[in-house]
Amino acid sequence: MTRDKNAKKQGLKNLPVHFILIGLCVIWLVPTIGLLVTSFRPVQDINSSGWWTIFSKPKGYEEYQTYCASCHGEDGSALPTADLSDPDLVQNYKRSFTLLPSLTSDINGQPHMADIPVPDETQTADIIAYMKRLAGIDTSSTFTLDNYIDAFTGYRGNNTYRADCASGKQSLDLYCDIRDLMNPRGMGRAFINSVLVAVPSTLFPILIASFAAFAFSWMDFKGRQWLFALLVGLQVVPLQMTLIPISRLFAQLGLNGTFMGIWLFHTGFGLPYAIYLIRNFMGSLPKEIFESAYIDGASHWTAFWKLAMPLSIPALASLTIFQFLWIWNDLLVALVFLGGQHPVLTYQIGNMVTSLGSGWHLLTAAAFISMALPMIVFFLLQRYFVRGMLAGSVKG
Amino acid sequence: MNKNSAGIMHQKSMTPWLYLLPALIVMATFIVYPGINTFYLSIRNNDNTGWASTRCMQGQACWGIFENYRYALTSIVMQTAFLNNLKWILLMVSGTVALGLLIAVLADKVKYEAIAKSIIFLPMAISFVGAGVIWKFMYNYGSSQVQIGLLNAVITALGGQPVSWLTEPQINTIALIVVGVWMWTGFCMTILASALKGVSVEILEASRVDGANEWQVFWKIMVPQILPTITVVVTTMVINVLKIFDIVYVMTGGNYGTEVIANRMYTEMYKNYDPGRASAIAVILIIVIIPIMIMNIRRFQKQEETR
Repeated sequence: MTRDKNAKKQGLKNLPVHFILIGLCVIWLVPTIGLLVTSFRPVQDINSSGWWTIFSKPKGYEEYQTYCASCHGEDGSALPTADLSDPDLVQNYKRSFTLLPSLTSDINGQPHMADIPVPDETQTADIIAYMKRLAGIDTSSTFTLDNYIDAFTGYRGNNTYRADCASGKQSLDLYCDIRDLMNPRGMGRAFINSVLVAVPSTLFPILIASFAAFAFSWMDFKGRQWLFALLVGLQVVPLQMTLIPISRLFAQLGLNGTFMGIWLFHTGFGLPYAIYLIRNFMGSLPKEIFESAYIDGASHWTAFWKLAMPLSIPALASLTIFQFLWIWNDLLVALVFLGGQHPVLTYQIGNMVTSLGSGWHLLTAAAFISMALPMIVFFLLQRYFVRGMLAGSVKG
Repeated sequence: MNKNSAGIMHQKSMTPWLYLLPALIVMATFIVYPGINTFYLSIRNNDNTGWASTRCMQGQACWGIFENYRYALTSIVMQTAFLNNLKWILLMVSGTVALGLLIAVLADKVKYEAIAKSIIFLPMAISFVGAGVIWKFMYNYGSSQVQIGLLNAVITALGGQPVSWLTEPQINTIALIVVGVWMWTGFCMTILASALKGVSVEILEASRVDGANEWQVFWKIMVPQILPTITVVVTTMVINVLKIFDIVYVMTGGNYGTEVIANRMYTEMYKNYDPGRASAIAVILIIVIIPIMIMNIRRFQKQEETR
C-alpha cells in the first residue's frame, strides 16, 4: 500500500502518463458511446449526420444568431409585431423563396435587415428550419425511444411501430399490444429466450460440478490424480471439435432446436472448468471443519450441503457470473443447436446485421439491449465478475 | 493432491463415484465421445457412407482416407484462412499483450487506476456480436458526402478519402483484429497488473537509486520478473485467437478475404453440409492446441507438487 501512495504522489510530473492513459481510455469508450447515442436518435438523423453532431447546436442555430437574433431575440418573441415563436406566422414561410423576398424588402420604409447582410438561400433554409423549431412546428426531438420499441417488437416497416399502430397501418404480424413482445423477429422474444437458455445452462453444470469437485477435494479413490489431470486438459478442447457429432446425435434424438439440447450441451462444455475452479476452492478449505463434522457423525451428503457448498460461495458466485455471461454472449452454440426456432439475442442481432445491412437505428438498439444485462452485472459485481472472467478465459 | 485430506476419507469405495458419475457421464457424452467421433468423421466421405478415399477423383491428387485433409490443408480458401489466423495470432496476441502491459504499468502510477482499468475491461462483458455491431458502425463507409462512421468522418475531415474498411483486402482483416484487441486487452491488462503488483518494491527502488531510468526498470526488472505470467497470457490468447469465429461471422461472414479456420469449419458444416471436411478442419484445430493442452497439464501438476 505504501508503494501506491509513494508512486501516485507525483501528480503533474507524470503528464505523459496521464496523456497516454486518458487517451487510451477515451479510445476504448468512444465506440460504445457512439452506439449508445445512436440507438436513441431518430432514424433520419442517424443516416444524415454522425452521432457526434448531437453535441453541436441544432440546424440553423448559427445562422439565426447571425442574422435574426439581434432584433427578434434568442427565442424569437422580442418583436410583438413579428413573433417568430408564433406558429401561424412561421407557417407562411415554408421555403427559402417565400422568406427571402421578405428579407430583401422594406418594412415601414426601412430595409428589413438594416445593416446586416442578407443571408443566402442555403442559410435562409437553415433559418427556416430553426424558426420551425422555435415556433414548435417541428417537434422532432434529438432523442427518441422508438428504436428500442421497434427493436423489441421486431418492427420492420419504414415508419415506427408507434406511428403505424396509432394509424392502424401495422403489418399483419403485429397486434399493437403486449403480444408483440413475443414477435419471433423481435428482441423481446429473444431476450426471454436468452434467459431461458442461460439460467438452466448455468445452474446445471455448477450443481453437477460441485458434486464432482467435492469428490475430488475430500474423497479418496483410485485414479483421482490422472482423472483430474485429464480434466485440466479437457478445458481447452475447442467447441468446434464437438459440434458435428453432437448435432448428428441431437438430430437422432430430436433435440436439435430444443432448449433441452442446448442446456445439455452447455452443461457438458461448462463442466471441466467448473469442476476445476470449485475443486481448487473447496480443496483449500480447512480440513478441521470436515474432520469435526465427520466425528459428529455427519454423512458426506450433509457435509456437502451444510459445509462445502456454503463455504464455497465466493467461488460459486464468480463461476455463476462467468458461465451465465459466457452463455449469454455465445453465438456459435445458439446458431448450431437453436437456430431460428428459438432465436436468442446474439442470433437475432447476427441475423439483423446480414438482413438489414445498415438499419442502424434497429441494430444499435438491439445491440444495446443485448449488452445491458452484462454491463449491469459488470458494474454491480465487478470483483466477482473479473475473477470469473480471468479464471475461465480459456474455456471451449 | 490435497495430501492433508487423506486422513478423513473413510468412505465406501463406491461413494466417490456416485458424486462423480453425473459429471463423468455428461462429459463423456458431450466432450470425449464427440471428440473421438470427429476424428472418425474426418476420414469419412461427406455423407458418412464410406471412407474419404471414395471422394478422390480420377487423375487428381488424392490422399486416400485423408482426402478431407488434403482439402483442409491445401485448398485455396483454407490457405487464406490459415494465413489470416496467423495474422490474427501475430497481431492480436502482440497487440493485446503489449497494450495490456502498457496500461497496467501506467495505471499503477495514477490515482484513477480503478476507473481506467474498468473502462479497458468493460468490452470483455459484451458479446462478440455486440462488439461487431459497435465496430461495424465505427467502420461505416458512406458513399455519399456524409460519413456517419466515426473513422471515415475523421479521415474526410482531415482531407483524406474515406476507406471501405471491411471490404478492402488486407485492410479488412486488420480492421477485424482491432475489434479483437479492443475486446481482449482488458483481460491481458488485469492478469499482468496483478503480476506487476507482486514485483518487489525494494528491488524497483534500489535500481532507481542506482540511476536506472523508468525504461530500464521496465525492461530489466519488471519484464523478467513477470515473464512466467506473460507466457501464460500469451498461450491463453493464442488458444482464444485460434478459435476466433463470431467477429468474422458477424462483420464480414468470411468474405472479402477475411476467412478464418473456425468460420470455414462452420461454413463447411452448416452451409455446404460437408461433415467430412468440417471435421478435418476441427481436427487440425485440436492438433494445433494439443501442445498447449499438455503444457497446461504439466503446469498444473507442478503447481500440485508445491501445494
